[in-house]
Amino acid sequence: MSEAIIKVKNVTTQFGKKVVHDDISIEIKEGEVYGILGGSGSGKTTILREIIMLQKFKSGSIEVLGKQIGDMSHDEIVELKKNWSVLFQFGALYSSLNVIENVSIPLIEYTNLPKELIEEIALSKLKMSGLKKEATYLFPSELSGGMKKRAALARALALDPKILFLDEPTSGLDPVGAENFDRLIRELASLLKLTVVIVTHDLHTIEHVLDRFCIIFEKKILFEGTLEEAKKFEHYAIREFLKLERE
Amino acid sequence: MSSFEIVQEDKTQCSIKINNNLDKQSIKPIYSKVKRIKSKKFPLVKIDCSSMTDLDYAGALLLADLCASFSKDMSSVVLTGMNPHFQSLLFFARKNLRQKSQIKLVKENFLLSPVIKAGKYIVDSIEAFIFFLSFLGESTFQLFRVLAKPWKFRYKATAVHIEKSGAQALPIVALTSFLVGLVIAYQGAEQLAKFGANIFIVDMVSISMFRELAPLIAAIVIAGRSASSYTAEIGTMKITEEIDAMRSMGFDPIVFLVLPRVFALLIAMPLIVFFADIIGVFGGMIVAKTSLGISYTEFIIRARDVVEVKHILIGLFKAPFFGLLIATIGCFRGFQVTGSTESIGHYTTISVVNAIFWVIACNALISVVLTEIGI
Ligand SMILES: Nc1ncnc2c1ncn2[C@@H]1O[C@H](COP(=O)(O)OP(=O)(O)OP(=O)(O)O)[C@@H](O)[C@H]1O
Ligand SMILES: [Mg+2]
Repeated sequence: MSEAIIKVKNVTTQFGKKVVHDDISIEIKEGEVYGILGGSGSGKTTILREIIMLQKFKSGSIEVLGKQIGDMSHDEIVELKKNWSVLFQFGALYSSLNVIENVSIPLIEYTNLPKELIEEIALSKLKMSGLKKEATYLFPSELSGGMKKRAALARALALDPKILFLDEPTSGLDPVGAENFDRLIRELASLLKLTVVIVTHDLHTIEHVLDRFCIIFEKKILFEGTLEEAKKFEHYAIREFLKLERE
Repeated sequence: MSSFEIVQEDKTQCSIKINNNLDKQSIKPIYSKVKRIKSKKFPLVKIDCSSMTDLDYAGALLLADLCASFSKDMSSVVLTGMNPHFQSLLFFARKNLRQKSQIKLVKENFLLSPVIKAGKYIVDSIEAFIFFLSFLGESTFQLFRVLAKPWKFRYKATAVHIEKSGAQALPIVALTSFLVGLVIAYQGAEQLAKFGANIFIVDMVSISMFRELAPLIAAIVIAGRSASSYTAEIGTMKITEEIDAMRSMGFDPIVFLVLPRVFALLIAMPLIVFFADIIGVFGGMIVAKTSLGISYTEFIIRARDVVEVKHILIGLFKAPFFGLLIATIGCFRGFQVTGSTESIGHYTTISVVNAIFWVIACNALISVVLTEIGI
């Protein structure tokens, strides 16, 4: 719990003329559960996409696991990408594969495990993410929104990545499901020593799961630290965001 | 390298020793041994993990599954030498173990599977046909409703589609019909020159172009361009639930999506065919001049004298039918898309193949009918 494994330094992002991030810096340490908070359209998904190399940024630098993004050979990029997996905001399951195939595919591509064991791992990840067993062989188009989310989480967990990126994992889940989800994230983080980066609005998640978080506000990082620190921080946006009572 | 050492194996017990790491990279070589042990029954199983150095989730799951196969509640399994971290990981894996056998799966009998496939194909075809009829019926119904209230018709969307599927197709239609005109004139010129019947090149090129070739070429190009794009557009809208959103707002997808496309092609096709007529005959004129020495003026005068207007009219008469076929098939196949992105590709392919086939079939039918009634 000491080394920073993701360092975002002075990153500025622009879409056309529109500035989304203006010179922002954050650090995510190994083994922590880190939250990225902010209002709708504040650029949370965008910063996540920049870290996982899906989106270019205008200036600044991002370092992941000691590697400078944008300064790597093709093979290095492939190697680095094996260290993380992503739960996209809208699931992004492969629509032509059924649920268990979706979960198995990273294991089939990246390990030499026997087929039966891959199946067993996939089934267990699905159970872990709380998907009913009746849904195992369904196709994504036959799932509800929350079920898609769970299947996508199982896929993200398939390879036991070092870093897990979750974009609004609890939106679309029922309250009980969301709470189980929060418990699961904590359990995974401690058992498998994952580093978890969560984009979230969920107050329960913020309170019970996150070690530290940052708040993006008006293109800047308004705050970075723990919930305790945030409670002491005097700024109306933070108070509003965390629904803190004014004393 | 991990090792899975069977220290002792007899009727009363089995003791196993796991060395080094047990993780994704190292399971493969030992897996067959694990399976063999798993398939047997032992009253007592001892697993010594004291020299296990690393355990990941895959390894923990393998162990959990092994233990579960001996006894449900771990009563006959003795695990020794586990450090607390491994223990909690194993516990976590046991909690999340899910056996495949718990999931009911409908297995197909593989001997029967050709029969099942054939049956499915027939049922699917019948369903598709019924769906097509209901699509046609709904379209006709909506057409009459719109005819009764003409201000409800989507004029702007229609204009956009005339431009996208008609005007923007002109360059490629020009190129193909020009080349076809060139080629038939060229092939014909050689034969006609043998008889010294050079001037008949005019009749040949003009009549075949006006009556058959230009409409067919134009229709095939438009089928390739527009049937595919209609299917892909509507199919994507179905998958992204845009069509459902439209329905929920009371916007009828037939009125908003189908009628504008159908009318666009209905209007654009005759114009495209006329354009193809001119370019195709022009291709023929060039060959007539270069290889048969017939000047442009001669060509045009001869054409005016011998080629009846009815040939042009017949060609133009076919065009709206082709347009109707292409647009209807393109839209219908789009509405058939369900679920996966693969399905879009599937129906787009079918849509183009269908559209081209039906254009050719329809052309043959019209030819036969016109010949029978003597035009
Ligand atoms: N490809 C793009 N082109 C132009 N602008 C974009 C693009 N992607 C995102 N944006 C803009 O960037 C801003 C940040 O978008 P982003 O998706 O990161 O928001 P977010 O914080 O994830 O919001 P939400 O909580 O709603 O998911 C938005 O204002 C959006 O309009
Ligand atoms: Mg977002």
